[in-house]
Amino acid sequence: MLKVNNVTKRFGGLVAVSSVDLEVNEKEIVSLIGPNGAGKTTLFAMVAGFLKADEGKVDFENASVLGMRPHQICKLGMVRTFQITQPFAGLTTLENIMVGAYSNTSETDLARTKAEEVAEVVGMTSLLNQGADGLTVAGRKRLELARALATDPKLLLLDEVMAGLNPTEIDDIVTVIKGIRDRGVTIFLIEHVMKAVMNLSDRTYVLNDGKLIASGTPSSVAEDPQVIEAYLGHGAAEAMAEGA
Amino acid sequence: MISASLSMLPAAIINGLMYGAIYALVALGLTLIYGVLHIINFAHGAMLMLALYAAFFLFHLFNIDPYFSILIVTPCAGIFGYMIYRYGIGPLAKGKDQNILLITLGLSIIIENGALFFFSGDQQTVNLSYGFEAFDLGFMYLSYPKVISFFAALLMCAILWAAMSLTDMGRAIRAVAKERQGARLVGINVERIFAVTFGIGIACLGAAGCMMLPIFYVDPYTGNIFVLVAFTIVVLGGMGSVVGALVGGFIIGITESVGGLLLGESLGQIGISLIFILILIFRPTGLFGSKV
Amino acid sequence: MTNFRNHLYFLLLGALALIVLPYFISSRFYIDVLTLIFFTAYLGQSWNILGGYAGQFSFGGVMFFGTGAYVSSILLTTFGFPPIFGIFLAILGGAFLGLIVGYMSFRSGLKGSYFALITLAFAELLRVLANSVEFTGGGVGLFLTYAPGLSNLQFESPVGFYYFALILMFISIAIVYWLESSRFGAQLVAIRENEDAAEALGINTLKCKIYAIMIMGAMGGAAGTFYAQKYLYLDPPIAYSIHLSVEMLLVTIVGGMGTIFGPLVGAFVLHTVNEIARHFIDTPGLSLIVYGLILIIIIGYLPNGLIGAFKKKEKKSDSTSLDKKTSRGDS
Ligand SMILES: Nc1ncnc2c1ncn2[C@@H]1O[C@H](COP(=O)(O)OP(=O)(O)O)[C@@H](O)[C@H]1O
Ligand SMILES: [Mg+2]
Repeated sequence: MLKVNNVTKRFGGLVAVSSVDLEVNEKEIVSLIGPNGAGKTTLFAMVAGFLKADEGKVDFENASVLGMRPHQICKLGMVRTFQITQPFAGLTTLENIMVGAYSNTSETDLARTKAEEVAEVVGMTSLLNQGADGLTVAGRKRLELARALATDPKLLLLDEVMAGLNPTEIDDIVTVIKGIRDRGVTIFLIEHVMKAVMNLSDRTYVLNDGKLIASGTPSSVAEDPQVIEAYLGHGAAEAMAEGA
Repeated sequence: MISASLSMLPAAIINGLMYGAIYALVALGLTLIYGVLHIINFAHGAMLMLALYAAFFLFHLFNIDPYFSILIVTPCAGIFGYMIYRYGIGPLAKGKDQNILLITLGLSIIIENGALFFFSGDQQTVNLSYGFEAFDLGFMYLSYPKVISFFAALLMCAILWAAMSLTDMGRAIRAVAKERQGARLVGINVERIFAVTFGIGIACLGAAGCMMLPIFYVDPYTGNIFVLVAFTIVVLGGMGSVVGALVGGFIIGITESVGGLLLGESLGQIGISLIFILILIFRPTGLFGSKV
Repeated sequence: MTNFRNHLYFLLLGALALIVLPYFISSRFYIDVLTLIFFTAYLGQSWNILGGYAGQFSFGGVMFFGTGAYVSSILLTTFGFPPIFGIFLAILGGAFLGLIVGYMSFRSGLKGSYFALITLAFAELLRVLANSVEFTGGGVGLFLTYAPGLSNLQFESPVGFYYFALILMFISIAIVYWLESSRFGAQLVAIRENEDAAEALGINTLKCKIYAIMIMGAMGGAAGTFYAQKYLYLDPPIAYSIHLSVEMLLVTIVGGMGTIFGPLVGAFVLHTVNEIARHFIDTPGLSLIVYGLILIIIIGYLPNGLIGAFKKKEKKSDSTSLDKKTSRGDS
């Protein structure tokens, strides 16, 4: 479904993403892990059309999306969420989700119904009329998810939707994500919470210093010495230990 | 017609250079404020107009020569700028870019119409004893005030540059311009630096006003004329760039006088807004797009 | 929905009151002031669509007004083209100018203060051009003949212009009313609140912003024809005056950006203040000093304008603060 081929991004002298190849197949949940600053968000931004890749190809459903603007890519069925949440702060939760829903309909009533449906799926029904700027971290993360889901995507790119959540909240959102996959949406997610990665993903890619260093099933990746080295080097050994 | 214009070209260029130095000083204040605070002071033109009036009244009431007034008006303008940022713009804007633009717009409306209310709409000029004496360059006469203003403006730019590179305050300002958060962490009082920078920016206007008065006039609308000029210089040179402000000042000064010569009084004014639009659209970082 | 119904009845009642008002007011002065209020509210509403809803502040909104005024006036003076049709070409002219300015500025990613300043520069550019070419009458200006009649959009009685301005204002309110409940309006607000997120969710932000400035331009164009037919004179400083640009944003910000009635409330309050100030001290500049002060106070203390302040008292829990903490996207 998604094919990333030899993609590179440089910021001045820094190579944030270096010749990355990866693939996401239909109905899969694929995760992308790696220490902070590894280039994960940058990769997502290129795939979703927010940044121009310096080299390489990005294909979605066998057609190149390189050079397209984000809204065009969204229309094709691939939508991203933001690691640093980007709510429409002056609007209510319902209005936020409706913006996503409007991508498939121009009817206000249909958009509202769709938004309410999606809110149900992500468990935000009770928050619909609350202002988005009053939401908790968990609420904002869910809102990111809900808005993206409301566009009826084929592929969801989730950037650290669990960061900053407590264990109960994480369990909740893991259930939600599984539910979304069961509805037929393919998911590609960046995550730091290893327990969730292990629990959710069919396959995992590991990025370090812009380069892919491992890929495979979550458990095989977790035992890869290169991966452990990368995390140890960045002092994230605890995260691994907790996950394994 | 064209040949007559061409023969006047060197004179137009030299005239443009003379004004360009003062424009540079005006733009320097604006670019400094932008480089450090990342805000656009829309009241810059109005504040320049106030400085012109200050110099005018010092001459009119106390017979103080405008060039001597630099020593009085500059520090007063600096204090005025400091106060108005510290107790007005800063607290009211709450750090939002568009708020600052609107607040300084409000300020410019108040200043402009306050001047109209108190000083009337009449154009004021000063007659200096040496105002009509001029150097004969062979192909043109260059009045004393133009030459004095030119060198005074350059001197002022040099002093500012030296102060920014050599004093502790200058270093602190540059630190804030470069890394606001980092500067805060090493114990620099960023809010105070903001106010001081705003003060220095307005002090530049104080000096520029005194230098401009002998070769120009003042009325409540003078500020309007210079607002777009100053912004154009600053975007041309690159927001926040000191060298850019200097070079931009000369380019705009020359464009204006040569444009006026070739295109006529009316259409000649088109250069400023045209340059502004083209630069913003095609090269928004300006010619020297770097930070202070 | 019953709430909505009530709301609508209330509106219709208000509209009816404004329609019959001239039958109860004999003073020409009040009719003129009200006409001016509607006119400014209308222009404010055009600013509101781009500034209040889409979040793109312009400092040169007058350019559409001036261009529209020139289009219908030049058509009238050179070809005898009747303004009742000319106004539609003025609308087209304004929209076309909006397309050009919008495409150039938004295409190159200008926003915030930069967008505000480039619109100022466009207005200035047009002023200089209008001053330098011949077909606008240059600096001398254009004089229109007084010939009352509907085809000329001129009226013998000031009440005629009252209704002209009232119709314009009603139309502008209808446009924004539609905006409030349409997808396009939601998209503009999304752009205002967070452009990256809007783009990620499938909104063509460039196209939406260009449409918004075209609507603003179209509305401004009609206002130009109104002005020219009412005052019968036009020159570059009038057509492209910065004061009108400022007034458009001022009434909207004072009344409340991104609200249906903000511009009307703002226009009403500011014109009332103006008339009162003039009544006591009739000195040039004074009322503008007060305007400047009001602008600063509103920005500092009532970011949602008078309507926002009123709403907040009404229901305190509802938080629609405009000065949100904008966190930059990490992309
Ligand atoms: N817009 C940018 N400009 C310059 N450097 C950037 C930019 N965005 C990200 N980077 C740098 O690229 C690297 C990768 O960042 P990012 O993709 O955010 O990492 P991750 O999401 O894996 O934590 C980091 O070193 C970061 O500082
Ligand atoms: Mg990241």
